Amino acid sequence: MIVETAVFYLFAAVMLIAGLRVITARNPVHAALFLVLAFFTASAIWLLLEAEFLAIALVLVYVGAVMVLFLFVVMMLDINLERLREGFWRNLPLALVVGAIMAAEIVAVIAERYFEVASQAPPLPAGYSNTRALGMLLYTDYAYAFEIAAVILLVAIVAAIALTLRRRKDTKYQSPAQQVRVRPAERVRLVSMPAEKDR
Amino acid sequence: MLEWIVTRPDAWFGPTWGPAVYAFVAALVFIVAIMIPLFVAVAYLTLWERKLIGWMQIRIGPNRVGPLGLLQPIADGVKLLFKELILPTNADKQLYLLAPVLAITPALAAWAVIPFAPQVVLANINAGLLYVMALTSTGVYAVIVAGWASNSKYAFLGAMRSAAQMVSYEIAMGFALVVVLMVSGSLNLSDIVNAQAHGRFAAMGLNFLSWNWLPLAPILVVYFVSGVAETNRSPFDVVEGESEIVAGHMVEYSGMAFAMFFLAEYMNMILISTLTAVMFFGGWQAPIDAPLLERVPAFAWLLAKVFVISSMFLWFRATFPRYRYDQVMRLGWKVFIPVTLVWLAVVGIWMRSPWSIWS
Amino acid sequence: MTDSMLSGSFAPVLPEIFLLAAACVLLIADLFVKSERRTASYVLAQLILLGCALLTALVSTYSLRRPVYAFGGLFVGDQMANLLKLMAYLATAMALAYSREYLLDRKLLKGEFLALLLFALLGIMVLVSANSFITLYLGLELLSLCLYALVALNRDSAASTEAAMKYFVLGALASGLLLYGMSMIYGATGTLTISEVAQHVAKLSGNAAQRPFLVFGLVFLMAGIAFKLGLVPFHMWIPDVYQGAPTAVTLVIGSAPKLAAFAMAMRLLVNGLLELAVDWQQMLVILAVLSMALGNLAAIAQVNLKRMLAYSTIAHMGFMLLGLLSGVVGGNWRNAADAYAAAMYYTIVYVLMALGAFGVLLLLSRAGFECETLEDMKGLNRRSPWYAFVMLVLMFSLAGIPPTAGFYAKLAVLSAAVSAGQVWLAVLAVILALVGAFYYLRVVKLMYFDEPADTTPIAGSGEMRLVLSANGLALLVLGIVPQPLMALCFAAIKAL
Repeated sequence: MIVETAVFYLFAAVMLIAGLRVITARNPVHAALFLVLAFFTASAIWLLLEAEFLAIALVLVYVGAVMVLFLFVVMMLDINLERLREGFWRNLPLALVVGAIMAAEIVAVIAERYFEVASQAPPLPAGYSNTRALGMLLYTDYAYAFEIAAVILLVAIVAAIALTLRRRKDTKYQSPAQQVRVRPAERVRLVSMPAEKDR
Repeated sequence: MLEWIVTRPDAWFGPTWGPAVYAFVAALVFIVAIMIPLFVAVAYLTLWERKLIGWMQIRIGPNRVGPLGLLQPIADGVKLLFKELILPTNADKQLYLLAPVLAITPALAAWAVIPFAPQVVLANINAGLLYVMALTSTGVYAVIVAGWASNSKYAFLGAMRSAAQMVSYEIAMGFALVVVLMVSGSLNLSDIVNAQAHGRFAAMGLNFLSWNWLPLAPILVVYFVSGVAETNRSPFDVVEGESEIVAGHMVEYSGMAFAMFFLAEYMNMILISTLTAVMFFGGWQAPIDAPLLERVPAFAWLLAKVFVISSMFLWFRATFPRYRYDQVMRLGWKVFIPVTLVWLAVVGIWMRSPWSIWS
Repeated sequence: MTDSMLSGSFAPVLPEIFLLAAACVLLIADLFVKSERRTASYVLAQLILLGCALLTALVSTYSLRRPVYAFGGLFVGDQMANLLKLMAYLATAMALAYSREYLLDRKLLKGEFLALLLFALLGIMVLVSANSFITLYLGLELLSLCLYALVALNRDSAASTEAAMKYFVLGALASGLLLYGMSMIYGATGTLTISEVAQHVAKLSGNAAQRPFLVFGLVFLMAGIAFKLGLVPFHMWIPDVYQGAPTAVTLVIGSAPKLAAFAMAMRLLVNGLLELAVDWQQMLVILAVLSMALGNLAAIAQVNLKRMLAYSTIAHMGFMLLGLLSGVVGGNWRNAADAYAAAMYYTIVYVLMALGAFGVLLLLSRAGFECETLEDMKGLNRRSPWYAFVMLVLMFSLAGIPPTAGFYAKLAVLSAAVSAGQVWLAVLAVILALVGAFYYLRVVKLMYFDEPADTTPIAGSGEMRLVLSANGLALLVLGIVPQPLMALCFAAIKAL
């Protein structure tokens, strides 16, 4: 048990440091990469909790896809770092106060329920797969919510395409099928001319 | 003797830390046992690539270092080891050096869940298939980070191309895996192999006709071609595209840093081949039930299948010209994703119908 | 609540399922429509709305007596949901009819517009029928996402893009606040189902140690609701979005989503947290006073008609709160049904008024010309006496002058407030409404007593003229005979 606790604190520390660096890193690309690190450690902590599906899904979706595109954009943008950082120290006190209040409230709500009971969850039965358990729940009790989430993604696709699709008039797209089907008669006009008379 | 070794950690570190140390050391031993053959395989895959492509192009291929050129990979390795590591001006030093590590780590880590033979797997986790997908999807960071940190136009262009390409093909690949998962009813790779040993043909002793490749043929094609694209191999190597952007993200790298990218690429090739063998060609199973074939160790079957499939990668490279970038994207989005989606529905209906072959 | 009650069948969700399938069909079918006018797509969209209305009418016969639940309690079908859904179909159909010519002139009438509009309607329906924090949130996101995209649809316009950006960023922030509030309530009660939350809250609210957390969560929920309704101090997006979006989209944002926002407030506050009414009513009082004051005063200073109507929205939503905040007096809710029915009536009438007002703006706009400043209304009477009259009715109704529906709506919420003992609040509301009357009547003065600056004949298709006239007359009729709609609202609230 103590080993798991030690590993947990290791990951937690890495995650906190990475999270802090996300907002303090001078370079936005570094910040994005620290966010990736934070995701990784979060997924490691979930693995410690034996929530392997969530852990892997986090890496797969956020690290493998979302953050890649995020980095893609961040690298392309020419961000003026100085201007971006102007408000940081000025707004820090307010942010700290709000953050502290929220943290205190969360602790206060959770404290009674979780800190006092034994923190060890009962061991899972052998052969228990939380991928299967999650699937059962998603496709039965939460099927409605799941479908709506799918519709939201559909709308996101429709919206993204509607906002960005621009038919360019100057593309030189070739259709191989059309090229193959070309007949000489359409391209070359054979004109029969009377032969010139000898002079 | 074995018992003495097994009890040492408890004796030396006490009951609290002992099991942890034991687990750690045992895992380390297994990892080394997987990694060393893997590195050897990578080294000789490079040699095999040059030889095979040489034969296909009616050349001889490397034959100077050692008998039949067999020591060539070692000579290459030594050369790369002693080359200077050049750091470009204004490169982001930390990220520049981190990128090769990012390339090789997921390529190695994915091997943890590969079953080499019945019961022979480092980590027999339930969500093995997802784990492999998750790790291979992080490989793209190496390319992006390398491209950005190099502070070079060509490297950056390569990084942008690869980010788009790898994310695109991951979707098709993921859908292909979903179909495999559906017919196997498990995400565990060992279970996927075992599930392929049942069926009408397997009962007749013709195991190879019961493997997934036959009923899931379109998915096999999509998966394997996506795998080629994911590893940025020819004909999808627009990321490197030496005729347009020199070598893409690797243009500024030299010495060992370059070698790590190289290693990662070949390791990923072998990984994709192994996964194809495991998911579509029955993993370690023998093709037919014959007393003679049962004498062959299970691992040898997997090895043979992986060898054939990875030779396909080389064959592709010798045969096809490079795709144009927009064609790469069109194939991924407009061909593969619809194909997998349709086949997903077909297999779903098939499984529910009275003609289901997976019961 | 027993399991058998919660499980149910798919039948109550039939309208949603139909709309989703039909919207997908429309999305694909539109690809094959060649004509610029998109008549086929347009007619299909209207037919889909008609189909939804028929299905909802069919489904509502099941839930006449008591609410029906589906999908394990994620969905609730009750009279309020059905009535609001029917109103949302009506509003969407009218919005479609009004905006068609306008969008055609600006080459914005694409299949995506229609599909996004229908998906937004689906979001409204999900939200209106939500019986769980999850479905409520998902419905809200579905609706908002469609609206963000619609605002930005005219992407060559810098104003539209800026408006969409502001809307999106602030909307995301509001969603975050709402989610945070939900998570607090969930932490305290241990359930996401709204009807179960109510039971737990009834037990917990007496507990001095737990109550602060509930109230803390409530504050964040309130912020989310206030953002959706556009109440001060969460109103910043309204003027910019109303002005920046194409008028047709402003019409969409200003109409049916208000019904959804009202339903969201009812589900969260009344269905879920009625036990905390003492707390949230105080918050609503502050929001109402600020909204009415700022909305009415700021509207006076506006030259842009769309912006003026935006501030008028803020003021009207503040006015509507008078009904919501006077349900529970000193722990007894005898008045509750009256008060909430008044608020519901107010919301429905407001939606009709907003539709009409923006409809007139659309009617007066044409290719290359946006009717959006006060100047453009000058001398409308000379150009078209009938539409000047329709606008007159609309403005009178917005100002709350008898015998229009707006008057009766104001009267209903005011009497609810007075019978709840909030006399000073009612007096303040009347004073602010009088202030508000100034800028509505200014429009009337411009129409009837000024010379037209622009004498182009008024275009507009036949159906648009017909619907707009009906819209104006409906407000007149609803003002003279308010009882039937009021009775429907009352029955809907009573059945909650």
